[in-house]
Amino acid sequence: MLDIRVHTRQAPLPWWGSCLILFSAVFFSLAMSAGLLALQGKPPLEGMLLFLQSGFGSSWAIEDCLAKAVPIFLCSLGVAITFRLQIWNIGAEGQYALGAVGATWAALTFPNLPGYLLLPCMLMSATVLGGLWGLIPALLKIKLQVNEIIVTLMLNYIGILVLEYMVYGPWKDPSSFGMPMTPEFSAAGIVGFIGETRLNWGLFLCLGIGILVTIFLKYTRYGFALKACGENPRAARYARLPYNGLVVMVLVFSGALAGWAGFLEASSSLNRLEPSIMAGYGYTAIVVAWLARLNPLAIAIASFLLAGLRVGVEGIQLDLQVPAAFGGVMEGLILLTILAGSFFQHYTLSLKQSHTSEKTNQ
Amino acid sequence: MTPEIIIPLLAATIQSGTPILYATLGEIITEKSGVLNLGVEGMMLCGAFGGFLVAMYTGNPLLGFLGGGLFGAMMGAIHGLVCLTFQGNQVVSGLALTILGTGLANYWGTPFVGQTAPGFAPFSFPLLGSLPGIGPIAFKHDALIYISYILPLAVWFVLRHTRFGLALRSVGEYPEAASAAGIHIKRYRWTGILTGGFLIGLGGAYLSLAYTHLWTNGITAGRGWIAVALVIFAFWKPGRAVFGAYLFGGVMAFQFRLQAMGTHIPSSLLMMLPYALTILVLVLSSLRGRHTQAPGALGVNIEPAD
Repeated sequence: MLDIRVHTRQAPLPWWGSCLILFSAVFFSLAMSAGLLALQGKPPLEGMLLFLQSGFGSSWAIEDCLAKAVPIFLCSLGVAITFRLQIWNIGAEGQYALGAVGATWAALTFPNLPGYLLLPCMLMSATVLGGLWGLIPALLKIKLQVNEIIVTLMLNYIGILVLEYMVYGPWKDPSSFGMPMTPEFSAAGIVGFIGETRLNWGLFLCLGIGILVTIFLKYTRYGFALKACGENPRAARYARLPYNGLVVMVLVFSGALAGWAGFLEASSSLNRLEPSIMAGYGYTAIVVAWLARLNPLAIAIASFLLAGLRVGVEGIQLDLQVPAAFGGVMEGLILLTILAGSFFQHYTLSLKQSHTSEKTNQ
Repeated sequence: MTPEIIIPLLAATIQSGTPILYATLGEIITEKSGVLNLGVEGMMLCGAFGGFLVAMYTGNPLLGFLGGGLFGAMMGAIHGLVCLTFQGNQVVSGLALTILGTGLANYWGTPFVGQTAPGFAPFSFPLLGSLPGIGPIAFKHDALIYISYILPLAVWFVLRHTRFGLALRSVGEYPEAASAAGIHIKRYRWTGILTGGFLIGLGGAYLSLAYTHLWTNGITAGRGWIAVALVIFAFWKPGRAVFGAYLFGGVMAFQFRLQAMGTHIPSSLLMMLPYALTILVLVLSSLRGRHTQAPGALGVNIEPAD
């Protein structure tokens, strides 16, 4: 009788092995997505080719990917740092909403400030409100041991409702014919595009914060403490590492980064606040963080790829009448296959004759 | 408040509490076996869609209801495959399940938005329905609500008073000891995930077959996450889950009634109530210092032996 045996890997898997696992996982999830297309009577192979073509196949698409990668990267970088501490911040979506609300508040309150004052002002208020949305679960976690997963998630729903309340109520543009949207920001409150492209200057914000976070994680005492606490919070407490302080720090930082994403989206893509700003970047951020194994550089690459997924789905949405939710399906499948694939990071399988059954037969 | 207001409100409380109750009971069973499943929201959505689809094509609401349960169990099987077979992180797998389930329900459901399926109609329960007060509140509902009256008792009995329940709890509490006692850990965890998923799927199907009879995308509106929170609030006890589910049902019913009556409070603020209450409820359970009542091995994978 054949059976499958599981062995713990003796030597760590070389880097190409990890890459192979990653690629097979992504390939597997793409194949499953193609299967789903086929189930609905759409041409699976053509559909996937069209998906890749419209996601990555032209300079126009690449530009779109980069533009969408900015908010995903900011949300994901923050989320990844909390994940390193084994703190599960699922709240990037709500923190993003609050950031957008904060930036809009500044833009609507001080429309006459010059750009070099107004933009920092918007960034600051986005930081404060996004950070606040991270501070609430942090305080509840360290003071009362309240589960941060559920609190951050509930704050997503509440944050989106706060945004809706503002655009349907106090901030509604009187000249919008009843549409739920704020008036357009003054020219000083708009983050401009780089040259002739459709990319805004937020890209450089990502670059800067990405480098800072990498340095922080690699070369500072707190970066080390973060790693140690995440691996074993109890031991870290015995070693007098500031676990509670780190929880507050990562959640506030994560909230602030998601807030920045909200600021950039409101200020450069829409030039105003409206409910359509909620595009699910906060959830995509979780997929990206895990895909990138919580590493900042890899997060940048993964953000680009998952942004491409969104652009690609938009393409087949138009040409094949596939619902937009197909993107969510693909993201879920990718995350699940990568999780399952990481099994082979730590274990190997072998097929062999089962010894136990032989012995009992004799 | 007059009885003309309070009785329909309490009846509506039971109606909106029921899907949460099904899902909370399902999640209690899963967590009792030591598996943390954060995919409830996605599983409920798939259950809601599955139930709707089966009922629409067979014309039989009961088959639809069971179909919703099966969809939930199938989603649970994905969680089992990732966490039990492939040792994936249970938190992330649950989140992925929510993303996938939400996506699938919307992907398959978009063509059906606004369509109706044969659902369950309320009927007066023989004898009990004609009781004054309690009759119109609790016994003029559909069959699924009557089932939900018995279900917590059944779950409590099985978990507390059967060998199977003891084994399931021991696997969640102290798997090493359970294993030493000859209990097959994975088998029990699979059972916990699949039966839990089935109940969660039923909760979703309730939404599309009894609560409303038509399909809308995002029909659960966070009820799955509320169920996850309620498990903590209920200290993993079916009896307290009933209380928690009706508490939320009450808040939702109250909020809808206020909106329907046309108050000057903006609807987006009213809609925050259940979510804010969820946080409040968690804070209260934590103040009572009972968060230590979680199953001992909740969320911990059993590593394969060499």
